[in-house]
Amino acid sequence: MADKVLMKGNEAIAEAAIMAGCRHYFGYPITPQTEVAAYMAKRMPKIGGVFLQAESEIAAINMVYGVSSTGHRVMTSSSSPGISLKSEGLSYLAGADLPALVVNVQRGGPGLGGIQPSQSDYFQATKGGGHGDFRMIVLAPASVQEMADLTVKGFDLADEYRMTAMILADGTMGQMMEPVEIPKIEKKEFDKSWAVTGTGMGRKHNIVNSLSLAPAELERQNFERFQRYGRIQEKEAMWEEYRMEDAEYCLVAFGIAARVTKAAIDEARKKGIRAGMIRPITLWPFPEKALAAAAEKCVSFATVELNMGQMIDDVRLAISCKRPVKLIHRAGGIIPSPEEVLRGIENMEGGAEK
Amino acid sequence: MDFKRIVIFSGHYGSGKTNIAVNVAHHLKKTRPRVAIADIDIVNPYFRTEDSREELERDGIRLIASPFAGSNVDLPALPDEVYAITDDIGLSAVVDVGGDDRGALALGRWREGLMAEGDWEMLMVVNCFRPLTRDADSALEVMAEIQAAAGMPFTGVVNNSNIGDDTAPRDVLSSDGYAREICRRAGLPLKMTTAKAELIPYLEGKIENLFPLRLQDKIR
Repeated sequence: MADKVLMKGNEAIAEAAIMAGCRHYFGYPITPQTEVAAYMAKRMPKIGGVFLQAESEIAAINMVYGVSSTGHRVMTSSSSPGISLKSEGLSYLAGADLPALVVNVQRGGPGLGGIQPSQSDYFQATKGGGHGDFRMIVLAPASVQEMADLTVKGFDLADEYRMTAMILADGTMGQMMEPVEIPKIEKKEFDKSWAVTGTGMGRKHNIVNSLSLAPAELERQNFERFQRYGRIQEKEAMWEEYRMEDAEYCLVAFGIAARVTKAAIDEARKKGIRAGMIRPITLWPFPEKALAAAAEKCVSFATVELNMGQMIDDVRLAISCKRPVKLIHRAGGIIPSPEEVLRGIENMEGGAEK
Repeated sequence: MDFKRIVIFSGHYGSGKTNIAVNVAHHLKKTRPRVAIADIDIVNPYFRTEDSREELERDGIRLIASPFAGSNVDLPALPDEVYAITDDIGLSAVVDVGGDDRGALALGRWREGLMAEGDWEMLMVVNCFRPLTRDADSALEVMAEIQAAAGMPFTGVVNNSNIGDDTAPRDVLSSDGYAREICRRAGLPLKMTTAKAELIPYLEGKIENLFPLRLQDKIR
């Protein structure tokens, strides 16, 4: 009926995944990502797809492993404690070099925590996400439209680099409703000659496995994997710059925190404070070059986070500690107000109040 | 606009039930001495009537809501106070039901009381810009599921077709045919068409039974 639809972030992820050709969804219910599963439960049977509510998160991620081995696009979604349960499976996916899309609509932690919005799984997502040497591509949407667009992008990146791409969203992104244009998909071809699809007695067996008996072979695999990661770091970092042209003060924020920060920057500018923002869209690879460039012209940095300060370490590394980095944050499911962030900007080192 | 003593809003989740319920409660308070709004959503712990507590209480409207709404407790519990809507016949009540058939299940608890009482109406809120109720077929499917779960029939339809901040008058105008098709096929009247207050001047004379909405604040 219309070009645009009014969607919750969780629904946008589900619909975009379907548009991207995903016909296999395995999950286990948890707030605040419930609508991803609810949407899949309604839509998948109508389009010949599979929606399966597994007996646990651990079962769901292993079903993802199984389908991915056959070369099909597959996804699962959960929220913080559920992702912890899936972390063993995430490591196995990495060890077997299998593509998958995993969604984490975070809640406050640690432990069972709470259901209100949080960004406290930044470490878990960007530093691997399970045991062993590995990375996931981590995408951080800041609007319902990006929930859709980055889902499509995530599937493409996962297939191209044979690894897990994670959508790291928060409860607000999952629950809020905004107009969305469902992305038009250009069909891309990816090499899936490694998939276990039956040899038809016509080719050598493919083997999908994360166990290596010979240490030398396991080392070779690790080195090969990290060469791939190097190419990703070189090519795939995405970020948005906001009012950075003449900025003296550089804010760094992602997801819902970036939206609040934008509003605070506009207020700061009215007071004559030249603030700007770098919003990482990929949290891994982290937009290191953009930050290093900003360190050449900005006097001071601050991250705005819904946690106790996690991304702040990556900012310090990216700018080689050349400038002071301050933390403006709330935790436990509370979003800072634009006024709070503005006060934080006013108190940045070398800032107006100092 | 005239309403029964008990006005129940149900529909697909995200169709705008809570916003409409809050606005209708304020509307009723202008002419009725005692008005309550009961939030019996057992599905979604977010975007609750609780978010409007301050303005409701300022207007003297009694809010009946789960003590857990807006907290970290994700528990489908309802307060015993909800029985006031059927027991206290001097009370004018707006009932905000949770989304879809799962949400409507809660209504089953009050079905007998409501049926015996008689002075109620149950309105299906529809929005053609929501992906799972984009056409009359899918909206009627959701409607049938809700009626089966609640064990109660709808008495009318509310057309709340909107696309958030992007809504233009033509979007509301073009949705009229959608709402009328749902009504025709369900054999129900179109109770009202809701739109944010700023749009009303552009719709007057073109659409009947308009009801202006004041929207809750949200994050930009």
